[in-house]
Amino acid sequence: MAEITVQEIIKPENLVYKKTPLMTDKVLSYCPGCGHGTAHRLIMEVIEEMGKENDTIGVAPVGCSVLAYEFMNVDMQEAAHGRAPALATAIKRLWPDKVVFTYQGDGDLAAIGTSETIHACNRGEQIVIVFINNGIYGMTGGQMAPTTLVGMKTSTSPYGRDVHLMGNPLKITELIAQLPGTYFVTRQAVHTPAAVRKAKRALRKAFENQVNNIPGLSFVEIVSNCNSGWKMTPVDANNWMEENMFPFYQLGDIKVDGKLVEK
Amino acid sequence: MGELRLMKGNEALAEAAIRAGVDGYFGYPITPQSEVVEYLTAEKPHERTGMVVLQAESEVASINMLYGGGATGKKVMTSSSSPGISLMQEGLSYIAGAEIPCVVVNVVRGGPGLGDIQPAQSDYFQAVKGGGHGDYRLIVLAPSSVQEMSDFVPLAFDLAFKYRNPAMIMSDGLIGQMMEKVELFDPMPRMTDDEIKEKYPWATNGKPVGGERRIITSLDLDPHRLEDHNHHLQEKYREVEENEVRYELFDCDDAEYIIVAYGSSARVCQKSIQLAREEGIKVGLLRPITLWPYPKKQIREFVDKGVKGFLSVEMSAGQMIEDIKLAVEGQARVEYFGRYGGVIPSPEEVVEAFKNKFQED
Ligand SMILES: Cc1ncc(C[n+]2csc(CCOP(=O)(O)OP(=O)(O)O)c2C)c(N)n1
Ligand code: SF4
Ligand SMILES: [Mg+2]
Repeated sequence: MAEITVQEIIKPENLVYKKTPLMTDKVLSYCPGCGHGTAHRLIMEVIEEMGKENDTIGVAPVGCSVLAYEFMNVDMQEAAHGRAPALATAIKRLWPDKVVFTYQGDGDLAAIGTSETIHACNRGEQIVIVFINNGIYGMTGGQMAPTTLVGMKTSTSPYGRDVHLMGNPLKITELIAQLPGTYFVTRQAVHTPAAVRKAKRALRKAFENQVNNIPGLSFVEIVSNCNSGWKMTPVDANNWMEENMFPFYQLGDIKVDGKLVEK
Repeated sequence: MGELRLMKGNEALAEAAIRAGVDGYFGYPITPQSEVVEYLTAEKPHERTGMVVLQAESEVASINMLYGGGATGKKVMTSSSSPGISLMQEGLSYIAGAEIPCVVVNVVRGGPGLGDIQPAQSDYFQAVKGGGHGDYRLIVLAPSSVQEMSDFVPLAFDLAFKYRNPAMIMSDGLIGQMMEKVELFDPMPRMTDDEIKEKYPWATNGKPVGGERRIITSLDLDPHRLEDHNHHLQEKYREVEENEVRYELFDCDDAEYIIVAYGSSARVCQKSIQLAREEGIKVGLLRPITLWPYPKKQIREFVDKGVKGFLSVEMSAGQMIEDIKLAVEGQARVEYFGRYGGVIPSPEEVVEAFKNKFQED
């Protein structure tokens, strides 16, 4: 078979995929192989497909994704570490017709911002929370997060997480699903094409809930890699994630249409 | 003439918020200012004006609700008392850095720590020197009557939006709790969403069709750009210092000495200068209304006119005196008298303290 040249690939009739205009042309600041970029793109694709480009306000707090505003081509606010749900609460209440989302890491959402997150969920704020769980503090160089697995090595659990000294990993998503204010709670991944398609469907559902004024908060966790923090190649990180993260943080819907999913 | 009512300071402030067309109030209860959120929930402002009122889960949440809401161009406000204001400092720093207008009310109580629930002025440094991190300023207004608790709400919003800067109304447990006659201003309508979009193009309330997205942030990883941003902030602060100093004078025309006091202390000292003048002492009172920007020039003018000494009267352990000294630049005597921990000085003890400090002159 003859080899395809780049010129042929980029012919319009051969293109099957195009970057959404809601991602800017700025080169992503994320490490190669990191899931943050894919998660950004999926959110922006959903906003574009829903025609909400001019009606969306995103809030990204401190964490590797603090620079999300460089990449997401909608109105964006940068929040202090942990506080995005408080900002989003006020934005949505003051502009009920707008689409409002937060994009938070696990250190952000499950440690310093637990209070803001739980209360926004429990009040049933009509926002979407996207939660990127990589089991580590990526931005600050790989320290232990509340979600760090038992035995997992980080720069502040260099001999592995010891439950007696450092406490247990926190399944905050299961906890949030118990709150009457949440309507849709799901856990997804973005490390394979199949996972990406599922994650996008979940995000679409979450944003549709908001646009359709369904009372309650929609919460999408994405279990993701942090190859730099885990000190692995991107491929090893994805394999490690499947073998270690997914058994503990099981993928799938946790609460649908306001009802817990029977397991 | 506006509607006359007998009200507590905290209630007058809450009513003023509704009348000033505030879009959102977010707050957490703490004595001595819980009447603000209580009044607002009882008044159903969502029915009167469409104003949003939400009891937040903490002061950390309230200030960040102000950050988010203010960043969309809406008029947002919170109130608290000292420990709660301490919790807000990180948020205030972000808000100042991102240049978001909003109004924060501190009904100050005795400290440090949990302190007590009596009136105090011991949060002066925190308010005027920047309680959070980084080089920033709050515009700080100090009401000394229930009337000013009402009047300063629209004033604080005007200043906050004019300079895209957080403004603070720094009251205390006495002004917040006491009842006085207040003339309420006529209600002003809330701005419509379209008016907000037109007037505040920086606000993040949905990217304009065919336009550029807006970004609200206090982050810039490039030190030179961040320095430029700081230059811009400092330039703005100089403009505020140039244009927005507010103060009130009592019996200063022929004064040989001047008492400087704000808020509740100024109320006490109005009586003190009267008592002192009955004894033939030529003393006046300068009441700073803006604590930042501080009336430095006006104090300096009194020095140049030959005023011999200044007495800083505070319900704190000698905080404002530093700003008087900076204004006076060693050209006149500056003394301090204060009570603190929630104790209010009496007019007589101020006169006594004045005589002790300056009697050998
Ligand atoms: C008040 C405060 N404390 C600490 C930090 C430092 N800090 C920045 S990001 C971060 C952790 C981020 O981890 P996570 O939320 O999991 O996001 P990730 O980088 O892993 O995507 C920390 C501790 C900060 N910016 N502010
Ligand atoms: S440090 Fe981790 S989370 Fe951050 S960009 Fe790199 S891989 Fe992603
Ligand atoms: Mg993380």
